[in-house]
Amino acid sequence: MRDFKGGGLLIHVILVAAALLALFPFFWMVSVSLMTAEDMALFPPPLMPVHPTLQHYQALFDELAMGRYLLNSTLIALGVTISSLLINSMAGYAFAKLHFRGRDSLFRLLLAMMVIPSQAAMLPLFLMIKELGLINTYAGIIMPGMSSVFGIFLIRQYLKSVPDSLLDAARIDGAGEFRIYRSLILPLSKPVLVSLAVFTFMGSWNDFMWPLIILSQEDRYTLPVALANLMGEHVQDPQLMMAGAVLTILPVVVLFLLLQRYYLEGLVAGGVKD
Amino acid sequence: MTPTQRPSAAFWLVFPALLMTGLFFVLPIVAALLLSFTDFDLYALARWDHLRLIGFENYRHLLNDPLFFLALKNTFYFVAIGVPLSVSASLLTALLINQRGVRGQGFFRTVFFLPVVTTLVAVAVVWRYLYHPRLGLLNYVLSLLGIEPIDWLGDPQWAMPSLIIMAVWKNFGFNMVIFIAGLKSIPRRLYEAAEVDGAGAFEQFRSITLPLLAPTFVFVGIVTLIGYFQLFAEPYVMTQGGPSGRTLSVALLMFEEGFRWWNLGYAAAISFVLFLIILSGTVLQMLMRRFL
Repeated sequence: MRDFKGGGLLIHVILVAAALLALFPFFWMVSVSLMTAEDMALFPPPLMPVHPTLQHYQALFDELAMGRYLLNSTLIALGVTISSLLINSMAGYAFAKLHFRGRDSLFRLLLAMMVIPSQAAMLPLFLMIKELGLINTYAGIIMPGMSSVFGIFLIRQYLKSVPDSLLDAARIDGAGEFRIYRSLILPLSKPVLVSLAVFTFMGSWNDFMWPLIILSQEDRYTLPVALANLMGEHVQDPQLMMAGAVLTILPVVVLFLLLQRYYLEGLVAGGVKD
Repeated sequence: MTPTQRPSAAFWLVFPALLMTGLFFVLPIVAALLLSFTDFDLYALARWDHLRLIGFENYRHLLNDPLFFLALKNTFYFVAIGVPLSVSASLLTALLINQRGVRGQGFFRTVFFLPVVTTLVAVAVVWRYLYHPRLGLLNYVLSLLGIEPIDWLGDPQWAMPSLIIMAVWKNFGFNMVIFIAGLKSIPRRLYEAAEVDGAGAFEQFRSITLPLLAPTFVFVGIVTLIGYFQLFAEPYVMTQGGPSGRTLSVALLMFEEGFRWWNLGYAAAISFVLFLIILSGTVLQMLMRRFL
C-alpha cells in the first residue's frame, strides 16, 4: 500500500491506544498485588499502590504452598517438553526424510486428527490414568502430552528443507539412521527445536482442564489449578489473588520475551502452510 | 545401505510417537464413543461389572435435558459473536501494523501477542476483578463517562458479553501474527501495479488483499472456531456457569456431569456431540473455501 501522509499520525495514535489497552490488565494486576488494604479501600480505586508492599507475595509462600505449586508446574512442564522434543523430532525426521510404506497417508491421517478437540478424549483418558494408578501423579499429567501432531508437523516442515545430499553423504560414510538423527538432524534442527520447546513448555504451564481432572491432592496442584482453587477461598482478597496471578504469568512472559523470535517463527511455520 | 534396513529404522523412529498418539488420543476417542452408549456412573467407577450398555439412552436424555440446550445456546452465542470479533480485531491490528512507515512494528507485535502467552486462569482472575462492580476499574471509567455501573459478571445479560470481551483481548494477537505473515506474502508489485491503474486504498484492499488472504482466513477461522467451542476455563473461574446458567458452556457441563457427578457415560455423550459440532464447523469452513 502507498506511503501515508496525513494518516500516519492517526495510525500511530490508534496503535499506541490499542497497546495501552492490551497492557492495562497486566499493569493493574502488578499494581494491585503491591497494594495494602488501605490502598484498596480508597475511592476512586488508585492506579498505583500508595504504600507498596510485598506482604501478599510473602503470604503466598508462607501461608499457602506457592513454592510447591511453582515446583509442580515447572517439573511437569519440563517433563512434557523434554519427552515431546525427543519423540516428535524422531517422528518428524522419519516423516520428512525417510521413505516407508504408507508414510504420506499416515501423515495425512495425523494432520486430520488435529481438528479433534482434546476434550473429547478426556473422560476415557481419566479412566485409563485411574486404572494405571496415576491419579495425582506427575506422570498422569505428562503422559498424554508426550507427543503432539503439531510438534511432528513443525519438525517435518523444517527438515524438508535439509538437502538429501547431506544425509546421503553421511549414509555413504556408513552412518545409520539413528546416528544421522543424533549427530546431524538434531544439531541442524536446533532453531525449530527451540520453537517447539517454547510452545510445549508454555502449553503445559498454561494447561488447566487436564491437571484439574487428574489432581485432587493439594500438594500436587499446578499453578493454574491452585489459583482457581484459591479463588474460591480468597475471592475477598484481590491483592493476594493478583500476586498469585503475577507469579503464575511471570515465567511464561519472561520465556516469551526472551525467545519470541523462535516462538513466532514456529507459529507462522505451523499456520501458513497452504 | 540396503533398502530393507531403512524401513526398520523408520519404524523405530516413528513408533514412539504413534504409540503415544494411539494410546492417549485415538484409543480414548474411540472409547469415548463406546462410553457414551453405557450408563457408566459412580457405581461403575467402583466396580466395572455395574456397567450396562444402554444404546442411545444418553443421547435421548440429552435431547430432553434443558441444561444441555442452555449450554449449547450459550456456547453458540460465545462462538457466533466471539469468533468474528476476534478475527476482525486480529485483521485490523495486522493491517495497521503492516502499513508501510509504521514505527516499532516489532514492539506492537510483541505487546499485542503478550495476552496470548499468558495463563488463561491467571488472566481470568485479573478480569474477574476488573469486572468487579465496586473494585473494578471498568465501572469507574464508565462512571467518568456518565454511564451507570454495570454488574458485568452478575447480570445475566452481561455475563457472556463480558467473557467474550476478555476472550477477544486474550486471543486476537494469535491470529494477528498469522495475518501479518499472510499480508507479507502478498507481492508488493501487485499494489504498485494497482496504484499505476489508479486504484485507491480501499479498492486495493478489496481486490488484492482480501482475495489473497483467503487461505489465511480459512486457517484462522478454523483454529479460532475449534478453540472457542471448547470454552471452559473462563466460565469455570469467573462465573461458575452463572448467573442463572447464562455462561454454562458445553465443555463446562461435560466437566460437571463427568467429574463432579461422575456420570461419565452421559458426559461422554455430551463430549461427543461437541466433537461432532466442531467437526461440522470445520468441514463447513473447508467447503466454503472451495466454493469461494
